[in-house]
Amino acid sequence: MRTVVLEPRFEAWRTAARQLLSEGVPPDALLWSEDARETSLFDGAAGAPRTDPAKTLRVPSAFLRMAESACAHTDPRRWAVLYRVLWRLTRGGEPALLSNPTDDAVRQVQDWCKAVGRDVHKMHAFVRFRLVGRHAETDREQFVAWFEPTYRIERLAAPFFQKRFTGMDWSILTPFECAHWDGHRLHFTPGVPRTSAPDGDSLDALWRTYYRSIFNPARVKVAAMQSEMPKKYWKNLPEADLIRPLLIESPQRVQTMLESPESAPQPAPHNAYLARLRAANASPSPAPPPPSPSA
Amino acid sequence: MDLPRKLEILADAAKYDASCASSGAARKDSRGSSGIGSTGGAGICHSYTPDGRCISLLKVLLTNACLYDCHYCINRRSSNVVRARFTPEEVVRLTLDFYKRNYIEGLFLSSGIVRSADHTMEQVVEVARSLREDHQFRGYIHLKTIPEASPALIALAGRYADRISINIELPSQQSLNQLAPEKNLARTELAMGHIREKIEERHSEKRSPEAPKPPPFATGQSTQMLVGADASTDAVLLGCATKLYTEHRLRRVYYSAFSPIPQPSSVLPLKAPPLIREHRLYQADWLLRFYGFHVEEIASPETPNLELALDPKLSWALRNRHLFPIDLNKASREWLLRVPGLGVRNVERLLAARRHARLRLADLLKLRLQLKKLLPFILTADHHPAKLGLDSDSLRARFLPPPEQLQLALDPTPIPPAGDLRSVRSGEL
Repeated sequence: MRTVVLEPRFEAWRTAARQLLSEGVPPDALLWSEDARETSLFDGAAGAPRTDPAKTLRVPSAFLRMAESACAHTDPRRWAVLYRVLWRLTRGGEPALLSNPTDDAVRQVQDWCKAVGRDVHKMHAFVRFRLVGRHAETDREQFVAWFEPTYRIERLAAPFFQKRFTGMDWSILTPFECAHWDGHRLHFTPGVPRTSAPDGDSLDALWRTYYRSIFNPARVKVAAMQSEMPKKYWKNLPEADLIRPLLIESPQRVQTMLESPESAPQPAPHNAYLARLRAANASPSPAPPPPSPSA
Repeated sequence: MDLPRKLEILADAAKYDASCASSGAARKDSRGSSGIGSTGGAGICHSYTPDGRCISLLKVLLTNACLYDCHYCINRRSSNVVRARFTPEEVVRLTLDFYKRNYIEGLFLSSGIVRSADHTMEQVVEVARSLREDHQFRGYIHLKTIPEASPALIALAGRYADRISINIELPSQQSLNQLAPEKNLARTELAMGHIREKIEERHSEKRSPEAPKPPPFATGQSTQMLVGADASTDAVLLGCATKLYTEHRLRRVYYSAFSPIPQPSSVLPLKAPPLIREHRLYQADWLLRFYGFHVEEIASPETPNLELALDPKLSWALRNRHLFPIDLNKASREWLLRVPGLGVRNVERLLAARRHARLRLADLLKLRLQLKKLLPFILTADHHPAKLGLDSDSLRARFLPPPEQLQLALDPTPIPPAGDLRSVRSGEL
């Protein structure tokens, strides 16, 4: 039995898996660990791999995409399960394995991918940039955001922000890893505590005004809101503390609407356009569009 | 009037428009530019309000002053609501400022009709032009269009926008005459037809490679229908939607339950919004677009309204029990799509799984299908529904909702239990 100790990231797993596969080490002969205190027999063997160059094994690109995503999960079983799937796809003679949605291992990997994909999507949605100044030389606006992802998705999520916010400098700080863009290069630094990030932005007040105004008190659906915007995200959203007061005042607002006096239709004002419209509506169909006003 | 007050009025005035989509745009981003913005792929909902609706776009009116007198609308000319007007520059600034903070995916701009259709459209188009040309904004833009605006202005709107829309509001001219006397169904459809031509001209794959590429145009159009403001049945609403999907190739028809508004009109008394009916219409709309159903199957002339207590597919299956059970190991995709409890993605999964082995109930559990709903309607290698099941009078009662509404689970993605240490490290499941 060999123990593989690896740094918990996709690249490390891919390197180890590639090596083990080319050596022909079956999954049952391996134990995987993220604990650096354990001796890694893999490291010892790395110097002189017994690779067989004739056996370059092809892996479906869909599997590599899945593996990268699944590795961002935090379930400690992911390294070993992914290697088992990889083994079965190649040496195990099951090249069509990924197309079987009822296989336990495939399903498990898909579940991890789904959870990670959702976390990435929520990061794209709920990051809130705060303006902190302008760059002294380039004069580019500089923004900083704080986000707390559930999984290790910082590197999966960052390219989206680079493509979308090319024209501004930004940093997304998280407790695990921080992403930075300066107009030329996307790079990463270690995680920081929350106190490193700014608390608010002068635009937040206007955004909260919008949030309050776009809400319709006559159709309250709290469960629908919470399933898409779970409470764990609320503490970093500048609009979230409005939810409670909006809900509390909703019944009264609806009651006021229902009790408000109805107003009768007013006569149409004198307006050339409206007059033409009325004439067109009175003519037999299909009604032609009315001529433009000043033509 | 200061900007926050204007925003308050003009967002409040815009919130009865249900459309929020920011998906389906052509793929573009800001790389290589000094601007910001990207579109393409699935849209992103940046927040949710307690009405369960998402905030994806900054949805505002340019002005809520309006010449028209649509009685369901808070902004009709007879309403005593406070009026406000943004300048195009103010909307441009708000959009960019909100976008840079990642509050939104882009702008959804509409307007009350002032002076004339063309005058109003010019202002709306100016906002989009400035965002695109003065600020290199590549985010999502949805422009509401006025059917009476000149074709040149609609073409210009389509040039800058990712999506354009005209609200049909009510499915018959008779209802419009009563509730929205300035609106005309034939003109709306005429404009939708022109928009369809523009969209197809630009995005057709059949164009020969040598032919010059037509000017940029939005990738799709959508519309909205009000539910519960007039007496139209679901069969009429869905029939109208089908016509719009087939004749004008709309991407989406939104159904908006008529909701109480401040400043109600004496022509249209207020009542509670028919939210469940709205929900059932969306389900039925999905059946028409993705499940191969026809309107007459879901809402027939004899039963023109959808059942509120049951989803429309289950309701159809209970009325057509003689067609069941369906053998999951043999049935075609078309038939699988008609089984209550099977969605499009699960049908694909079943088709994939049955190429590997004959399907058994354990496989359905692995796919996390709703067995309770499925069992009476299906056959698997190890399951034949009891005779009693399909013929029983109690089958229907089994599916009726319990008296109290169940709350949805909050966040259904817990980390799975890690199992014992050995499984963790070896990967045996």
